[in-house]
Amino acid sequence: MIEIKNLHANIDGREILKGINLTVNKGEVHAIMGPNGSGKSTLAQVITGREDYEVTQGEVFFNGKNLLELSTEARACEGIFLAFQYPVEIPGVSNTTLLKNALNSIRKYRGEEELDAMEFLTLVKKKMSLVELSEDLLRRSVNEGFSGGEKKRNEIFQMAVLQPKLAILDETDSGLDIDALRIVANGVTKLKSPENATIVVTHYQRLLNYIIPDFVHVLYNGKIIKSGDKSLALELENKGYDWVIEEAAELV
Amino acid sequence: MNSSIELKEQFLKQFQSFENTLNGEKELPLHQIRKDAIEKFSTLNFPSIKDEEWKYTNINPLLSKTFKPADSIPEVDPEFINKYLFDKKEFITLVFVNGYFSKEFSEIDSLPKGLILETISEAIKKHPDLVLNYFSKYVSTEKNIFTALNTAFADHGTFVFVEEDAIIEKPIQILYVTKADDIFVSPRNLFLVSKNTQVKIIETYAGFGERTYFTNQVTEFVINDNAVVEHVRIQDEQLNAFHISTLSVDLEKSSNFSSYNINFGGSFVRNNVNAKFNGGFAECRLNGLYVTEGTQFIDNHTSIDHAKPNCLSNELYKGILNDTSRGVFNGKVFVRQDAQKTNAYQQNKNILLSNDALVNTKPQLEIFADDVKCSHGATVGQLDKDQLFYLKARGIQEKEAKAILIYAFASDVVHSISMLQVRDHLEALLAKKLL
Repeated sequence: MIEIKNLHANIDGREILKGINLTVNKGEVHAIMGPNGSGKSTLAQVITGREDYEVTQGEVFFNGKNLLELSTEARACEGIFLAFQYPVEIPGVSNTTLLKNALNSIRKYRGEEELDAMEFLTLVKKKMSLVELSEDLLRRSVNEGFSGGEKKRNEIFQMAVLQPKLAILDETDSGLDIDALRIVANGVTKLKSPENATIVVTHYQRLLNYIIPDFVHVLYNGKIIKSGDKSLALELENKGYDWVIEEAAELV
Repeated sequence: MNSSIELKEQFLKQFQSFENTLNGEKELPLHQIRKDAIEKFSTLNFPSIKDEEWKYTNINPLLSKTFKPADSIPEVDPEFINKYLFDKKEFITLVFVNGYFSKEFSEIDSLPKGLILETISEAIKKHPDLVLNYFSKYVSTEKNIFTALNTAFADHGTFVFVEEDAIIEKPIQILYVTKADDIFVSPRNLFLVSKNTQVKIIETYAGFGERTYFTNQVTEFVINDNAVVEHVRIQDEQLNAFHISTLSVDLEKSSNFSSYNINFGGSFVRNNVNAKFNGGFAECRLNGLYVTEGTQFIDNHTSIDHAKPNCLSNELYKGILNDTSRGVFNGKVFVRQDAQKTNAYQQNKNILLSNDALVNTKPQLEIFADDVKCSHGATVGQLDKDQLFYLKARGIQEKEAKAILIYAFASDVVHSISMLQVRDHLEALLAKKLL
């Protein structure tokens, strides 16, 4: 589904990603772990097309298309969804406005009919129950006055409505209490299918108790220094990152 | 290019021809007011950028044109008129074309009890004492040359009188439409609102046709004790039109006035909004929006005079400027020595959509009392990058994403309008202008 080859990216002239290689196939869940400042969020933002980052080397293919040539909105229409670490507040824009515009823009891009108001409402109501949000959220401005947990649940709700092929969850567990974490993880798990894929960016193992990864990668200093299965996540939880970093240093 | 003196000569000559068309009306007291006004006009000079009040507002483009008074009703496409009208079953509707009252497009039969609604010239004939008691008492022909000019040519416009204790449920819509035919029109309104009343008035200014025109407009608003008034002014003139207006509001004790001054059109626009508290415990909300593109120039000058204690004023003006357009905001708030316990808040916020758009903003607060709460501020900025990225990351095209954010920025100016139809109409005009 997505193939990242030797990806290098800068921000303000500073190199953050120093040669990422990663392939994610349909139906898979990949966890990207690593200490703070290792480049996890940068990777998520670069895949989504944030213009502040400059890609200096490498390639990214998404279902055969050269992703780096596409705008942020075209990537979203192709099926990439980023659940933001810090969802932005947009006063004056209701959640309905956001979702209706997004959904119809994506449908139009794919040559599908736009949904009318009734069809849209039916769809949205069905998806809301998934993350246990109440309907009055629809009329409220995007994320304005939301608690941290509500913001994260709103991200997963949007994901449920937009049904991406590749969802990237950027530190979706940070700032969540255990109940909210369960709701969010449960929502993500229900949305999983053999046709889509998920990248979970996190620095704790606890989300991975609920969203079971097929692969776990350790990102350090802009590179993936170790990959393994779900047992790697547990090992990291018990032993920290230092041993992986030392192991990688010895290889160099 | 005319000099300012030549333009003045032109208007003076046109006043003579205007006078000749009046026949018997020359003996009426209104005409004495007109004659005094043209007298004042002849002694005043057109402002230049050396005048503090016109520092950023160069009227040379206006001086370079030649305008003649409108002398007849042109043909007008009903579809064009209907674009601006609200449901005639739910609104009382007055339409003026080139300044002339159009019976055909208006709907003023069966007026509610307690409401007198007439053209200003009819009203002066029917209720001379009532009208002349107030007419031209709340604006200054002494200082403002454009007010003097409007008063000199005052013939067309609307008179509203709300009798004591009357609640006028149906909003009154007044539409002034002008054909762009090198003419000038001088709509003149007098709105008298008695004690313990409620009324909603919408004024719309629009134009059609290929050439240019000049709307020089004055409204006097007298709001008596305990009256609640909502006033929406929609300026959607042709993009090559000149538009100068003065709205003067007198607020008496415990009255409540909400103003929405919405501007989309015009090549050169100057609006003066002056509100004065002449009684305590009154509230005044001034909301404004200007959305400009191309080479449009829109200037809003507002002043709020807290002459009495315990009043509240809240002002919010927002601007969205694109291309090489320019905006000016100048907001004065005076809090006089006696006006203790005043609350006065003022804000002007602008978004520039291009590098060449420009806004000059000057909020001014002059406080002579010591027990007051006042604040003011101005911002000029671009669209928020994080918000834009968020919308795009959800698949929304850049152009739509920008429109959504601009719309959100503008909408809090109009969202408190109580009339749903008016809000929808403004939202549609805004969307049309932005997309």
